[in-house]
Amino acid sequence: MRSATSQALKIVIVGHVDHGKSTLIGRLFHDTDSLPDGRMEAIEKMCERRGMPFEWAFLMDSIQAERDQGITIDTTQIRFATERRPYVIIDAPGHIEFLKNMITGAASSEAALLLIDAHEGVQEQSRRHGYLLSLLGIPQVAVLVNKMDLVDYDAARFGAVAETYRAYLASIGVEATGFIPISAREGDNIATHSTKMPWYQGPTVLGMLDGFQPRPPLADRPLRMLVQDVYKFDQRRIVAGRVEAGRLEAGDEVVFSPSNKTARIRSIEAFAVPETPSAAAAGESVGVTLETQIFVERGEVMSHLEQAPMETNVFKGRLFWLGREPLTVGAQYTLKLGTLECPVTVERIDRVVDTEALDRDDKERIERNAVGEVVLRTRRLLAVDEHHVSAATGRFVLVHDYVPVAGGQISMAGYPDQRNLVTVRSTNITAVGHGVTLDARTARNGHQGAVLWFTGLSGAGKSTLALALEAELFARGYQVYVLDGDNVRGGLNANLGFSPDDRAENIRRVGEVANLFADAGFIVISSFISPYRSDRQRARAAAGERFHEIYVKAPLEICEERDPKGLYKRARTGEIRDFTGVSAPYEVPEDPQFVVDTAALSVEDGLAELLAYVKQRLLT
Amino acid sequence: MNHLDELEAESIYVFREAYAKLKNVAILWSIGKDSNVVLWLAKKAFFGHVPFPVLFIDTEKEFPQVYEFRDQRIKDWGLNYVQEQCPPVEEMDPTLPPAARLAARKTYGLKNALAKHGYNGLVAGIRRDEEAIRAKERYFSPRDDSGAWDLRDQPPEFFNQYMTTFPPGVHVRVHPILHWTEVDIWRYTKREGIPLVDLYFAKNGKRYRSLGEEEITHPIASDAATIDDIIAELERTRIPERSGRAMDHEAEDSFERLRAAGYM
Repeated sequence: MRSATSQALKIVIVGHVDHGKSTLIGRLFHDTDSLPDGRMEAIEKMCERRGMPFEWAFLMDSIQAERDQGITIDTTQIRFATERRPYVIIDAPGHIEFLKNMITGAASSEAALLLIDAHEGVQEQSRRHGYLLSLLGIPQVAVLVNKMDLVDYDAARFGAVAETYRAYLASIGVEATGFIPISAREGDNIATHSTKMPWYQGPTVLGMLDGFQPRPPLADRPLRMLVQDVYKFDQRRIVAGRVEAGRLEAGDEVVFSPSNKTARIRSIEAFAVPETPSAAAAGESVGVTLETQIFVERGEVMSHLEQAPMETNVFKGRLFWLGREPLTVGAQYTLKLGTLECPVTVERIDRVVDTEALDRDDKERIERNAVGEVVLRTRRLLAVDEHHVSAATGRFVLVHDYVPVAGGQISMAGYPDQRNLVTVRSTNITAVGHGVTLDARTARNGHQGAVLWFTGLSGAGKSTLALALEAELFARGYQVYVLDGDNVRGGLNANLGFSPDDRAENIRRVGEVANLFADAGFIVISSFISPYRSDRQRARAAAGERFHEIYVKAPLEICEERDPKGLYKRARTGEIRDFTGVSAPYEVPEDPQFVVDTAALSVEDGLAELLAYVKQRLLT
Repeated sequence: MNHLDELEAESIYVFREAYAKLKNVAILWSIGKDSNVVLWLAKKAFFGHVPFPVLFIDTEKEFPQVYEFRDQRIKDWGLNYVQEQCPPVEEMDPTLPPAARLAARKTYGLKNALAKHGYNGLVAGIRRDEEAIRAKERYFSPRDDSGAWDLRDQPPEFFNQYMTTFPPGVHVRVHPILHWTEVDIWRYTKREGIPLVDLYFAKNGKRYRSLGEEEITHPIASDAATIDDIIAELERTRIPERSGRAMDHEAEDSFERLRAAGYM
């Protein structure tokens, strides 16, 4: 049961400028006896001082600047209550310059009142606001035809305005909860039925408000938890985030998307609660520990294995555009999808919706405050849902020059789920041609080419880390490739043996090849013991500033204890000669760019440090 | 989930976004009821830890009970405590009304702390229902170099996405309890057993509803001696919360001027 004293329904009031929003709010406050002591008197005095008749709107417009300009600037949230329940009312301005404020106010609402002036009829902003309410996912809209006193409470005029707007809403797939003829100034059909409009039998405004439903709970939907962070403040490694939909329980097997890693939930962590929770449901901000240590990070979506989100690097978006400059084809923005952020490119514009004439031919740009349908493409994989399946993972924001400039809903119609289609994934990697500059490659890739030269003893963890890093970087859209001993010795260096000269030549050639890859814009991860400083020096000379010496560090005893290939044992018995660390030297790097201490760190933590290094040093 | 659970979950989400996206964040701690709830929510969000320094702007004119309470909390909660003294009132804008001029010292204390520690984020325990201008705040609210707030051109905030990247020279105020009301604060304080300065409880027919500097904060007539009494009182009253804070009432726009200049 919802507690009558606490669960306020959030409503927003929208409509064309001067169609009476602030007046309606003042009237609602008065008629529900919700004004703070002295507020009416203060406004009366203020109006007197300014030599004007009493103005309801001043109640909302409590900032001096607004009073002087005579328009509402930003959303102001004030509370009032009917006998049934409390409300938080959000005044949304009608002036077109302040559309972003209307969106801020409306986005968190559960229902909307949309005002239309009976005298002026349906205006451009009436249409635009109706469209935006649908894009913002506001499910309940009551249309109030205001200022009926100015049209002599004429039933025919009300019918004509309501019919025009009903038809418009139908054209964008929206159905209003109801239409009410009112006069906010005179108080007609606000709290009580108006004696001047006996022809209207429907609910009053307060009756309509009390009939609105709160947003339905999402606990019975498929599980979606947005990973906000992974904490290690103490011995626990806690994956933290909010359950946006569904339920989770300790013991559940879950998958993280888009990395596609699975794990079982060991526990649900919480601070200062009467008893440790064993389950959590939609709306809760939680933290979980996992039974297996996998590398996950902010931006992933946790779900059950069944009904996981789709994975894709391209989707259709229906969006509103707030940017000062128009949205254009080919432009790059920052995509925010849940807790994930990455660059995104506008591939094409399918439709531009003009609320004055619905469709336009120009599909090169979407102007400020307009609505459109676009195809957006990223380099990395994303976890998404159709917006009607899961709001939190089915909507997105675009950021440009630090500021949010667009919001929209995702449609995957016509695009396949790429979760298991690695082949599709690779076709989305763009090949590069000749005559392309290094700068152009860097700009395209979003990162610099580089050689990450892993050096360290056998068993120190070079290959494990190299392959893990390659997988993580690839999933994020980096151009990345691992060069290791086997794939080089089988081909390029098939003519070389293991004499010191041949070893040096082996490393020289690897250094040159790595440099070519880096030239092509790749991040090359080379994984060789490369025990001699001189050899590493030569590889550094080939790649210049793009060379990053990464020392994968572990003491010999630990490497020998690990001995993944049984090589140390064979070296100790003398079966293998000249084995680095046992019977041949390893020259520790004097001044490496980065050290990963695998004796102290788990693979996940080592990987996290490497990823942080790459992001810091190579991202443009 | 009940109402308090929902408020808490939203605040935790905001806190975790700040921790993930901002590099050098401090929590502004006034030691009042709201900022104690903020600290408690940080411990909830980060599983018993407060991973930010906790900044107190000292006017040296707070109630003695406030200083005692502060010392106890630092000890019990193991806070990373940072303090900044306010400059003398003689250095403040003489055109401000007297109480607002006293309050302006905090603005400068805060500016000095920002300059000294280079914070790019400050968590503050303000609420929309406190005051009409605070109602216009965002969860993530950018401030320029001088700490000024451009309330006429704020970034849009929707779909639980906040402005988390900024041009150089801009810092952000983070408001995790923006959506709470005064009575929510009391109900939650009671449910969670969060400690409080006892000035909030009535003695000899008077109590403080909002705590500021001793000179410019006035008690209200009240017999509310427990949290339950206070909640019952709030459900009856129509007197605004900040009515005891003198600087809000000297001129129509004095709070707006303080706030635009960076007042918390």
